[in-house]
Amino acid sequence: MPTIEEILLTDAQQDRLAQIRAAAESAVEKPATHGPDIDLDALGDVAAHDRVARLASLEKQMREVATDVGMDTSEEGRSGSYFQVDRTPIYEKVAAAFGDAIEIMSTAEALARYPEEMLERWWWRSVAPDKDKYTALVALKQTEGYFIRVKAGRKVEKPIQACLFISESDVSQNVHNIIVVEDGAEANVITGCTIHPKVKGGLHAGISEFYIGADAKLTFTMIHNWAEEFDVRPRTAIDIGEGGTYINNYVMLRPVRSIQAFPVARCRGDRSRAVFNSIVYGLADSHIDLGSETLLEGSGSRSEAVARTVSRDRSTVYSRGRLIGRTNECKAHLDCRGIVLSDDSVQWAIPDLASEGAPGAELSHEAAISPIAEEEVYYLMSRGVPRDEAVSMITRGFLDLEIPGLPPALRRRIDEAIAATAEEGM
Amino acid sequence: MHEDTAPLLSIEGLHVSIGGREVLRGIDLTIHAGETHVLLGPNGSGKTTLLNTLVGLPGYDVTAGTVAFRGNNLLALGVDERARAGIGVAFQRPPAVRGVKLRQVMEVAAGGAIDPERVAAIAEEVDVVPMLERDVNLGFSGGEAKRSEMAQLLAQEPELALFDEPESGVDLDNIAVVGSAISHLLKGERASERPRAGLIITHTGHILQFVNADIGHVLFDGQLACEGNPLDLIDDIVSHGYEKCVECALCRR
Repeated sequence: MPTIEEILLTDAQQDRLAQIRAAAESAVEKPATHGPDIDLDALGDVAAHDRVARLASLEKQMREVATDVGMDTSEEGRSGSYFQVDRTPIYEKVAAAFGDAIEIMSTAEALARYPEEMLERWWWRSVAPDKDKYTALVALKQTEGYFIRVKAGRKVEKPIQACLFISESDVSQNVHNIIVVEDGAEANVITGCTIHPKVKGGLHAGISEFYIGADAKLTFTMIHNWAEEFDVRPRTAIDIGEGGTYINNYVMLRPVRSIQAFPVARCRGDRSRAVFNSIVYGLADSHIDLGSETLLEGSGSRSEAVARTVSRDRSTVYSRGRLIGRTNECKAHLDCRGIVLSDDSVQWAIPDLASEGAPGAELSHEAAISPIAEEEVYYLMSRGVPRDEAVSMITRGFLDLEIPGLPPALRRRIDEAIAATAEEGM
Repeated sequence: MHEDTAPLLSIEGLHVSIGGREVLRGIDLTIHAGETHVLLGPNGSGKTTLLNTLVGLPGYDVTAGTVAFRGNNLLALGVDERARAGIGVAFQRPPAVRGVKLRQVMEVAAGGAIDPERVAAIAEEVDVVPMLERDVNLGFSGGEAKRSEMAQLLAQEPELALFDEPESGVDLDNIAVVGSAISHLLKGERASERPRAGLIITHTGHILQFVNADIGHVLFDGQLACEGNPLDLIDDIVSHGYEKCVECALCRR
């Protein structure tokens, strides 16, 4: 695969790349607004790997951890797959039945094939390369990432899966992902980001730019499994056209050293809609700073963000939510609830609402942080359930968001993960 | 009728305080297998305190007395251990547990595993079929909550079932459903079933139209003041009020 520098581009396109590079270079020292600062100089480069013929031929341990983040390595339940190990996309495939509906490739390949569309419409068009040192890192030292396009009018029911896998400690994987759901199309993308069990520390920096066309719909589910010395800095922006719908489901149930992400959905089109559901379990010394922002610009746009957070051990969890109404005909709601299960954990719920020149905007929030209700624990105990199991059942129930549009298989996977986490945590 | 057998539950000289205030002041009560007892009494007399003390809920401090269940010290057991030992309870106002379905609670009440056909049969009997997959007690109406409590007890099949005002806040149709379920649980349908015992707290006595109770007690000011035929006791209370009822010569033992 040619590098971007080797692709023949027009002068205007070369200028655009130079602009991105210059912006990024200006931000290499710029810390992020939130989250602990990371010493990027201490991290090495990710390695290259051989490609595989099918996901079933991955080594067993790799398949197991991929399965834990929602991957179907048999591929039977998927319409397409992308699998990247460290810097190499080792596998991309679209199932034959969806050959003319879906495109899956690395973003570098997409740049080579569609330089004009990529540079003019999608590539660094929603996330700024100079946002902070992590966007700069990806802009200057990108290690692939996926490009997924669902063609206009095509409704792909079977999920598309993408796995970003890190196999070594103390390296940084710097991916740039783009999803384009064209007008009238529908897709369900499951992304699992995880590491080999031997990996202790490292960084995953990921730029994701999603473009939802008119009357199109993307359900994007991301499952993260990291390690106690691992840092994660995703930077995500979603642009939603007229009548378009974006549903984001996020699940993280394992320890991490730190993660900080604050995806921004722009409901640009009239009647567009953005929904964020997150399930987060803070364990060990995890520093978790997550949330979302929705810009309501289109008339009749709607948004809803629901977060359920549990903190144990010495974890710190920030649950942020921001709604900005910029049109009179918009309505949005935030719902952040947290349960604190240990004396040494910290939780913040930070809802933020703003109406900018939109006196008709209806924005609301409810936020709550509380212990597990003893009354509920005793109720289950009065049915014969031991105390620790009662706490586990209630915690599972609390995290068990009714997420519309979630494929049943993924629902089961999340249920299993919550059950396993709740039981291990006892 | 059970003098020759060991009692299922034996309460002797029980004193219970809540937050330092004595609510029960020397309760003696014996329940044998197969008996259904009714506990009457005005608001604040300590009926729910007695029931919650038997269940083992926190905040009810036993300052004196003993409670034996099948000859063993009940007070030494935790709430869950008491349930597993055979004590079941239908609460008056059960709490909502978000994300935990009624079906799940029936499963755990049955000891972790229950035949789905049995769940279906119980759900049919107490009319909770549409509620099985709902978060338990979340948004349940008064009648739904009572029927859900009954479904859980039918799944658990406790040897001693305690009912805290099973008819409060529900309409006549629901009282009939709940009442016949109590009868079914306590009296059983098959000869092979072990006889169960029940202690029903009732304020109005309406539930006794559907449950054939054996013995009634009046709890007044923290003490059991009267014992007798439940329906007779209710007639007296309706005619004369609690104060007159407990002053009656028959009860001045």
